[in-house]
Amino acid sequence: MAEFSIDRFVDRYAERTAGMSASEVRALFAVASRPDVVSLAGGMPFVDALPAQALLDVSTEVITRGRSQALQYGGGQGQLALRERLTMLMAEEGVVADPDDVVVTTGAQQALDLLGKIFIDPGDTIAVEAPSYVGALTAFAAYQPRFLTLETDNDGMIVEQLEQAIVRGERPTFVYTVPNFGNPAGVTMARARREHLVSLCREAGIPIVEDNPYGLLRFEGEPLPCLRSLDPHNVIYLGTVSKTFSPGVRVGWALADPSVIQRIVLAKEAADLCGSNLTMSLTERWFSDEARWRGALADLVRTYRGRRDVMLQAIEEHFPDTATWTQPAGGFYVWVSLPEWFDTTAMLAAAVERRVAYVPGSAFYPDGRGRDRMRLAFCYPTEDRILDGVARLGALLEDEDQLYRSLRPS
Amino acid sequence: MTASLTDLGHEAWIVDPAEASLVESLGERRPELCWLALHGKEGEDGTVQRLLDLLGLRYTGTAPFGCEIAFDKVLAKDVLAGAAVRTPPWVVVEGWALRDLGAGAALGEVVDRIGLPCVVKPSRSGSALGVGFVDRASDLPQAVMAALSYSGAAVVEAKVEGREVAAALVGEDLEPLPLVEIVPKGGAYDYAARYTAGATEYFCPARLEAEPTAAVTQLARQAAQALGLRDLTRVDLIVDDQDRAWVLEVNVSPGMTETSLVPMAAQARGMMLTGLCDVILRSALARA
Repeated sequence: MAEFSIDRFVDRYAERTAGMSASEVRALFAVASRPDVVSLAGGMPFVDALPAQALLDVSTEVITRGRSQALQYGGGQGQLALRERLTMLMAEEGVVADPDDVVVTTGAQQALDLLGKIFIDPGDTIAVEAPSYVGALTAFAAYQPRFLTLETDNDGMIVEQLEQAIVRGERPTFVYTVPNFGNPAGVTMARARREHLVSLCREAGIPIVEDNPYGLLRFEGEPLPCLRSLDPHNVIYLGTVSKTFSPGVRVGWALADPSVIQRIVLAKEAADLCGSNLTMSLTERWFSDEARWRGALADLVRTYRGRRDVMLQAIEEHFPDTATWTQPAGGFYVWVSLPEWFDTTAMLAAAVERRVAYVPGSAFYPDGRGRDRMRLAFCYPTEDRILDGVARLGALLEDEDQLYRSLRPS
Repeated sequence: MTASLTDLGHEAWIVDPAEASLVESLGERRPELCWLALHGKEGEDGTVQRLLDLLGLRYTGTAPFGCEIAFDKVLAKDVLAGAAVRTPPWVVVEGWALRDLGAGAALGEVVDRIGLPCVVKPSRSGSALGVGFVDRASDLPQAVMAALSYSGAAVVEAKVEGREVAAALVGEDLEPLPLVEIVPKGGAYDYAARYTAGATEYFCPARLEAEPTAAVTQLARQAAQALGLRDLTRVDLIVDDQDRAWVLEVNVSPGMTETSLVPMAAQARGMMLTGLCDVILRSALARA
């Protein structure tokens, strides 16, 4: 008798890989990528809207004049010229920064991983919003923390829950939040809560990780102060050009105190030596022309606003009365809450059969909740496709509702 | 697979219907034989097989009608029971019967008849997708809804406790390979347990005495013959604590990568993937 294993290295893997498993949802997304499926699932920026000639000009300039740098290794912190541009982008949202306190990362996603690497020991507590960005949860999970979940409402994180947890004796290693048009809920943390969170964490000595990918994609209303500008010393700020320019260049960054930046740079150099000088150069050049990037960003915001409007109207028209949803004032996502008996993970198969896809809510909770929620992205599909997709989804929800009632005939 | 076929001296190439039109690709090169490696509905329910019949092309595996029955648990369970193949007691819950005929009111009967715990499966789905385990009657409606998301009908089946084994049958005479015993570390052999490397332990041959081994093998062959399966199949069974075997389901297109169960069983017999391919190929080519 022999014991067989599908993987002969199975006894060799680190414990931290235990949570990494195959999922049904991934299998379904393979089908959802077919062109006849309206995908309201992925949060892909609408990069087709970027002006082709301008991109070509920038690329040409990088290769003709800057290639000795662009094609070479660089320092782990990233190009100074780019960090200066990123400082300018942060100033747009009122964040005052010194380029020396910035490290360029491979998307803000790498910054999440590096923060996990330098801050989290196995068993540490990390406070996160529920729901929270799935990419942050998976990045942190590799370092084996325990997640303390903080509920959210239409004003973002319910900070009182953190306060109560601290009173109970909880001391999270840090608090992670996406305060502007968060992924997946699309909600924005209210001003009073920002002030409360910042003062609470300062007093308790708990650092805040503020992840702000969507801040410049505001459709209406006045911007609220970033947490970093409310407390520059206790907030580690993460930014990205994925939403304002292109996710393909993989340029994100972290802004923090020099001591933190030094550790991130060391961790980054251990991970990948340095980011891509080629795409850093492209990004630096793109943001060198103010009229160009502002114009392209304004176009994107206009497009996303139109798509958001269409999605919200379509949901209003097609979804059953029992559903509720958020009203994002920016960003990419609408978050839908259904009656508690819905299982959006199982329902995804039926949705794909009807040629529409979404992301099931349970992905965004570290504790298995969220099966009655779903995330709908309006960033990528055209307005016509959004209308079709939401109508298909609405019909499915009605059918599921009818089916459920038939199963509970009382 | 392609490498094994090439090793055997055949000219083999891949046609992926997700990337190119199947009819056009096959029409251009007219292969002598199509090795079917498609999984999921269209690959296993007879659709592709009917198309190949129409094109006059030979292929490995079961004929359309057999595929259609084997892939649909509602039909397969009837056929198996009709052929006196032991399979766990079951009840079918049809989506339309729920929606239009008020079948939900009869859900209590399902629990009375099948008992708890039970397993709810979509009638037409593979890879354990949409399968739910129910311990409490109050959880049945949601498990039925989940299964109906994948298929028009749900099969509610008694959960037989025991050892899970897979019986691979290959070649013209559906010759049995050594049984593979499946021990999922998390308890259930669900999607994640199947497709996450290391989430499941396998023993081959299965840790069974000679007598139950023979009984399982016999039952698996009986099941395959009742369903008219050809060339290559995998029958999934449970052996309970009294050494009785129960057929859970049959697969007309079992996984054939180096790390799948059928090649694992062949390896336990000293047969490498290339040898296994040869047996299947000869079986298919033997049909005129």
